[in-house]
Amino acid sequence: MAVALKAGAKLKSAVCDTQLMVVKAPAGEYDIRCGGVDMLAGTATAPEGAQLDPAQAGGTLIGKRYVDAEEKVELLCTKGGKGSVVLNGVAMEIKQAKQLPSSD
Amino acid sequence: MNIATILDMAAEAFGDRIAVVSGATRMSYAELRAAAQRAAGAIRASKAAYVALLDVNTPAAPVAIFAAAYAGVPYVPLNYRLTKAEINELVERVAPAYLITSGDYRALLQPRADVQVVDRAEFLNLPDSLAEGLPEPGDDPRAVAVQLFTSGTTGKPKAAILRHENLMSYIVGTVEFAAAEEDDAIVVTVPPYHIAGISSALSSTYACRRMVQLDGFDARTWLEACRSENVSNAFLVPTMLSRIVDHLSEEGKGANLPALRSIAYGGGKMPLSAIQRAMNLFPQVDFTNAYGLTETSSTVAVLGPDDHRAAAASEDPLVRKRLSSVGRPTGAVEIVIRDEDGKPLGANQPGLVFVRGGQVSGEYLSLGSALDADGWFSTRDRGYLDDEGFLFLEGRADDVIVRGGENISPGEIEDVLLSHPAVADAAVVAVPDEQWGEGVGAAVVLKENARASVAELQELVKQRLRSSRVPQAIVFRDALPYNELGKVLRRVIRQEFAEAKPAVSA
Repeated sequence: MAVALKAGAKLKSAVCDTQLMVVKAPAGEYDIRCGGVDMLAGTATAPEGAQLDPAQAGGTLIGKRYVDAEEKVELLCTKGGKGSVVLNGVAMEIKQAKQLPSSD
Repeated sequence: MNIATILDMAAEAFGDRIAVVSGATRMSYAELRAAAQRAAGAIRASKAAYVALLDVNTPAAPVAIFAAAYAGVPYVPLNYRLTKAEINELVERVAPAYLITSGDYRALLQPRADVQVVDRAEFLNLPDSLAEGLPEPGDDPRAVAVQLFTSGTTGKPKAAILRHENLMSYIVGTVEFAAAEEDDAIVVTVPPYHIAGISSALSSTYACRRMVQLDGFDARTWLEACRSENVSNAFLVPTMLSRIVDHLSEEGKGANLPALRSIAYGGGKMPLSAIQRAMNLFPQVDFTNAYGLTETSSTVAVLGPDDHRAAAASEDPLVRKRLSSVGRPTGAVEIVIRDEDGKPLGANQPGLVFVRGGQVSGEYLSLGSALDADGWFSTRDRGYLDDEGFLFLEGRADDVIVRGGENISPGEIEDVLLSHPAVADAAVVAVPDEQWGEGVGAAVVLKENARASVAELQELVKQRLRSSRVPQAIVFRDALPYNELGKVLRRVIRQEFAEAKPAVSA
């Protein structure tokens, strides 16, 4: 199911504990899944019988930023889980850590 | 989007780690979240439109920041150094409010029916039942998270507003989640009403770093806290760093801070001589200079540890000079220099500094946005970018001396004066001049028992810079006027020059 990704919006997995926050995304419709199942908007509930696809169980890590190949879409993992995050059929990658020194 | 997510993540990942240390009090991230959620319940029940804090830095500050976020109202820390009348005027502007305070500050407040005043100790020990049934924090990115009253030099203080999207953009764009090591700790000495006080609490929480709070600053207490808490990181305003360096030099002993790895400084201009002395005294420490404003949610440019070392070690004067720059944009923002007409300028051309990015709010309550159509914010700071993008600040636009059409930056003249062995402090300001419109005036503080003549100082500036930079008037003072955060009050010095004929004039 295609959804718009608005900066600041929350997404949660239907099949694991994963929660994501949209950091940035160009306007448009996206197919976003976690553990093989469509992710849910902040308050929505999971469809009955939804199950984690064992082939999509790479896991997410809290605090990591997940990006597409061009780094146009960036999602922050606010809670880790068992599923992998897949955007438009392609697994998202962990963005490299920032190299900035602590400034405050 | 809500900054409460920052604390939720820290408590989720490192709930047992100590978040805040203040005197004998120690709170873990899980306890910090529990305290903030209890307080959020109390705030919601009070129907307050703002959460205000009139207090020094204690665990109540981070609890209040996040409690306001959970409750969905803005957090507004007040400057406790203001006069009683000024404080009550600000309280009136945020009523109806839930106001946390303590001891002596409580006596400053005029009782109001629409302000619920809560003592700090009570605020930190609210009953658990208040957190029950607390709704999910709001996720409107445009909601106001923090409101800060700026210390305006004229007129009423302006209320700068920072939205959840500004602060989240800053944190996600510049801090790596859980970047701190288990034993890391940062000592915090900036007051809670300063933007660095807010950003420090948010950055430390997101990095899952222990915060060691001091409720004031003096060099001895700071050094003791660093030793007893094995502090690894510190943020200081330049005058604080200078005082630590002076204190250690007087003691004649080494710093003896084996755990200290990183000192960040900002909030005002660091004299070149001061950072050089500090780097010599703490050779193992990483120094970072951070430049930012309230309206930009804190840091927009950094001169990092490698930049410091490269500049200090270089034979190339252009690279050496970068030690007095504020470094390069963080990557979360863009910076351009423009002339008075708004035309973008190239490298090495001085003009006005403009900033753009998600963390830049540039917005004041009831005055609206100060951003231009393309989202650029004028910092009102003057400066230039060098060939490699290092930003050099020349002072506030209002402080630049315009002598016969030539723009003169007070900073470069101050650096030269401070390089004289007899000079302890110096401030350069515009003085009225019949021929040139404005001329250069300098107020100088000499070191104890040291001597320097006006002619000698003038000659020094002439040699290092050029004749138009030579102060036509130099006055000697016992001390320069500073605000509580160590910013020199040029306005006061300018006024003295304007009102009185300087005692010594060339």
